[in-house]
Amino acid sequence: MESKTLFDKIWDAHVVKKVEDGPDVLYIDKHLIHEVTSPVAFLGLEKRGLKVFRPENTIATPDHNVPTIEQHLSIKDELSRTQVETLTSNCEKHGIRLYGLNHPWHGIVHVIGPELGITQPGMTMVCGDSHTSTHGAFGTVAFGIGTSEVEMVLASQCIMQPKPKKMKISVDGELKKGVTAKDIALYIISQISTSGGTGHFIEFAGSAITSLSMEGRMTLCNMSIECGARGGLIAPDETTFDYVKGREYAPKGEEWDKALAYWETLKTDDDAVFDTEFSFDAADIEPMITYGTNPGMGIGVTQYIPTGSGLEGSDKLTFENSLQYMGFKPGDKIGGHPIDYVFVGSCTNGRIEDLRAFADFIKGKKKAGNVTAWIVPGSKQVEKAAREEGLVEILEAAGFELRQPGCSACLAMNDDKIPEGKYAVATSNRNFEGRQGPGARTLLASPLTAAACAITGVITDPRKFLG
Amino acid sequence: MAYDKFITLRSQAVPLPIENVDTDQIIPARFLKAVERKGFGDNLFRDWRYDKNGQEKAGFPLNDKKYSGKILVGGKNFGSGSSREHAAWAIYDYGFRVVVSSFFADIFKNNALNNGLLPVVVTPMFLQDIFNEIEKDPQSEFEVNLEEQKFTIIATGKSIDFEINTYKKHCLANGLDDIDYLVAIKEDIEEFEKAR
Repeated sequence: MESKTLFDKIWDAHVVKKVEDGPDVLYIDKHLIHEVTSPVAFLGLEKRGLKVFRPENTIATPDHNVPTIEQHLSIKDELSRTQVETLTSNCEKHGIRLYGLNHPWHGIVHVIGPELGITQPGMTMVCGDSHTSTHGAFGTVAFGIGTSEVEMVLASQCIMQPKPKKMKISVDGELKKGVTAKDIALYIISQISTSGGTGHFIEFAGSAITSLSMEGRMTLCNMSIECGARGGLIAPDETTFDYVKGREYAPKGEEWDKALAYWETLKTDDDAVFDTEFSFDAADIEPMITYGTNPGMGIGVTQYIPTGSGLEGSDKLTFENSLQYMGFKPGDKIGGHPIDYVFVGSCTNGRIEDLRAFADFIKGKKKAGNVTAWIVPGSKQVEKAAREEGLVEILEAAGFELRQPGCSACLAMNDDKIPEGKYAVATSNRNFEGRQGPGARTLLASPLTAAACAITGVITDPRKFLG
Repeated sequence: MAYDKFITLRSQAVPLPIENVDTDQIIPARFLKAVERKGFGDNLFRDWRYDKNGQEKAGFPLNDKKYSGKILVGGKNFGSGSSREHAAWAIYDYGFRVVVSSFFADIFKNNALNNGLLPVVVTPMFLQDIFNEIEKDPQSEFEVNLEEQKFTIIATGKSIDFEINTYKKHCLANGLDDIDYLVAIKEDIEEFEKAR
């Protein structure tokens, strides 16, 4: 039999039909929807007089534009409220399960999928959101789609996709102290660029990857879109099975045994071939921070901003525009630069382990006076755990407060906007111009680095405090 | 989504020689709050086109009267970032029918094709030729021939073949979309479900 990669095995098992000199018709196991990219898809469906083909396989939650305070009140912004209400009415009309605002399992779509056990190894999953790649952490072929494709899944439980190429990224060795999954992600993107993964689906492998927790794996796979890849996945193992077991949608009893037997087969064959391969040494990675306006513009927190020498033409122009926007000079040391905001949250780093890492770091210290901090849990369940574990008291004693779940300042669709010209150290995934508000300057980092910056008020290496 | 059938296009082009143009620049998140697909062209490249008081920024190509046409020419890695289809809608709604670059992000490319917006990939050198031609003469015209998969700089006669799969070419030329196809193969999908 032909040797296959993990990605091949899952993809090929979901091909309903191959269109000659065209895309594959790919069957989708689970479809997640939210308020921003679904309304036009439902409109399209209605215009065609179609029903949702498999409503039980679509799960909905409003996350992108919801406020992160006073969620019990009606949403003040009229347009946001209309989008959230439209999602609710579409779900009611079509029999789709909705985890609405204030539901105990409400949260960011990519946080609640795994929490509920919707995400399982071997599945195909899509959502009208590029960070759907998060679910690849479970050995799942998961990727973001556009609204036309959301409509396709609603209409037929399928989408039409050319099969991506396969890339393997190995990271071996032991991570140094203070280095997290987020740093691995930012390091890889800084090495292969924001377009290095385009056209590919990545499999992450190696000892530094398999030693990550499920939440760490989610952070890494989440960021795979930032190097241009459709998604990234990791072969499921005991860590994965332990995480999934017992969750609401997870198989139970005999069904579990059957599922587990299949999941254990989900690995790349020894002699399978990838189109592209990269390998990195975990020891080379230090806590990372970005200095520019795309996630590939990252450096170690102790390093200097590149000078851009050797760049020509549009490369040079793009680099210069980026530094000008950020208010940085080529060759400057990034450490010690004053900051104004810290944002901890998002589908990248808004899970309980992220809040634990942040709280553990700032415990007994005080937030710097010049810093405004927004700590936003990824879901109601994360918020609940933070309360139960006493993290909220630790945060409050240090001058921080925990907000309510949502995408928040990651894309600033709600009121959580960083003002023009201000510097924000963010645990989210994108530092594009204006991403966190018009004129906002974003520096991407891990929750640990964000914590170090929050208590010092300047860009700081978290290892200074780790003993 | 229904769109106009794509036939051979001859038009001037608007240059945007910037790399990694992400979908947050094409249409910022705060303009994604509509529940219908209309008016997105007004906010295309919003923060590059307008200052915070809503005044046009001088120097941005879309504000420069010497540039016009239905072809947008962008730097490499065009459309990276968010999966928002609003980016393709905004470009189409503004009046573009073709986007040319040496490299497109995957999701944007799919979204464009699903909306009758043709992404044309050319070599980095040919892309530079296009930019040079527009700089020399902003009135210069280009021809996009979908049937022959050919992009031509009229003034110099230089042309380049571009790729598109047969299925998508058929869809674009006939104004069809994937949902028409998927609904037509419903029985195959049900068979697939039974066989699992």
